[in-house]
Amino acid sequence: MANLKELRGRINSVKSTRKITQAMKMVAAAKLRRAQSQAEAARPYAERMARMLASLGAAVAGSPDAPKLLVGTGRNQTHLLVVVTGDRGLAGPFNTNVGRFARNRIRELEAEGKTVKVMTIGRKGAAYLKREFASRFVGEITFQGKRRVGFEEADEIAQRITAMLEHGEFDVCTLIYNQFRSVISQVPVGQQLIPAELPEAAPANATTAQALYEYEPDEATILAQLLPKNLAIQIYRAVLENSAGFFGSQMNAMDNATRNAGDMINKLTLTYNRTRQANITRELIEIISGAEAL
Amino acid sequence: MATFDLELVSPEKLLLSRPVEMVIIPAAEGEMGVLPGQAPMIVALKGGVIRVQENGQVTERLFVMGGFAEITPGRVTVLADEATPVAQLSRATAATRVQEAEAAYAATTVETAPEEREAIMARLLAAREMSVAAEAA
Repeated sequence: MANLKELRGRINSVKSTRKITQAMKMVAAAKLRRAQSQAEAARPYAERMARMLASLGAAVAGSPDAPKLLVGTGRNQTHLLVVVTGDRGLAGPFNTNVGRFARNRIRELEAEGKTVKVMTIGRKGAAYLKREFASRFVGEITFQGKRRVGFEEADEIAQRITAMLEHGEFDVCTLIYNQFRSVISQVPVGQQLIPAELPEAAPANATTAQALYEYEPDEATILAQLLPKNLAIQIYRAVLENSAGFFGSQMNAMDNATRNAGDMINKLTLTYNRTRQANITRELIEIISGAEAL
Repeated sequence: MATFDLELVSPEKLLLSRPVEMVIIPAAEGEMGVLPGQAPMIVALKGGVIRVQENGQVTERLFVMGGFAEITPGRVTVLADEATPVAQLSRATAATRVQEAEAAYAATTVETAPEEREAIMARLLAAREMSVAAEAA
């Protein structure tokens, strides 16, 4: 059995670990609230954008010179996967889940004979996927050191993707990120960005609504401006959901860690007290038997 | 007087959502005043100032860097790329924007794709509008 001094040391070290995890939990909770409100603030724009796209996209999608961002290149050979993860660890299975999802997707696509390119947003995803797929990497983006991610950053990424599409570097673009279901549940999802999946307007009123709208300048010009914005807002939303999910997951992980540390302290304290009592009993027996011997 | 609902949203937040009497928006092909009952339109915006009128007076002035507006008889939704109340515009930011845009414009050559040149031009014009609005504030 361990001696008393060693036990005391362990109890103290677990206690300080508990303090750290507890503090991290608090910090994550505060950041979660901020990330959530930022994600909520972005929602109205995305909703209105989807509504406009639905009425515009249907009008243009059929024509042969529809923009590439909407209909893609018409091929299905090269896939670009944009993987969004956190920049830091200590968040339970959060980063690993997206990583595993992306890895499976890459393997599936390659088994079908497709070419895969990978772009990561967030440091952890890059580290995870690099081990196996370093040769497929075309870009790594991190927001490390930034307090909050603004729309400009998302817009920059969207521009980069658009430029790649223009140069014919890929045919299909999929965004992989953790969808924020609730604080305790984040689910990795793959969302196809290019060709765009148009939000479906109810078919009956779609035709009537379209007939009503006037466009200034014309549909094609507006659509050409709207699509890159839509791409940017999708990425922005994914990044925000990712950060909200990250803090939610971190909060949970830290809560569990704090609880585990508490259990561990209880167990160690029990052992410590037993050992102490055993020592006292042994010493008493020694004294008594020594006295009897006299 | 009759009113309609005006919504002004930027990617980062919902800036305005309330009934107003009239709004003047900087549409791509010229400023446009919208009153209740306007026929449905979708317009692109250029950089400029959105003016909101209530009770016959301009009550709100916001600068937008471009975007879109969806107009229906009872509702106007403006999707702005970036929106700032005119009172909060800073001359210094406007000046740096103009400089950046001018530098980008100066860097264009005959080989620059026409779309790109147009985008740069639009940015320059928007930046100039911004500095004008900032001066006036």
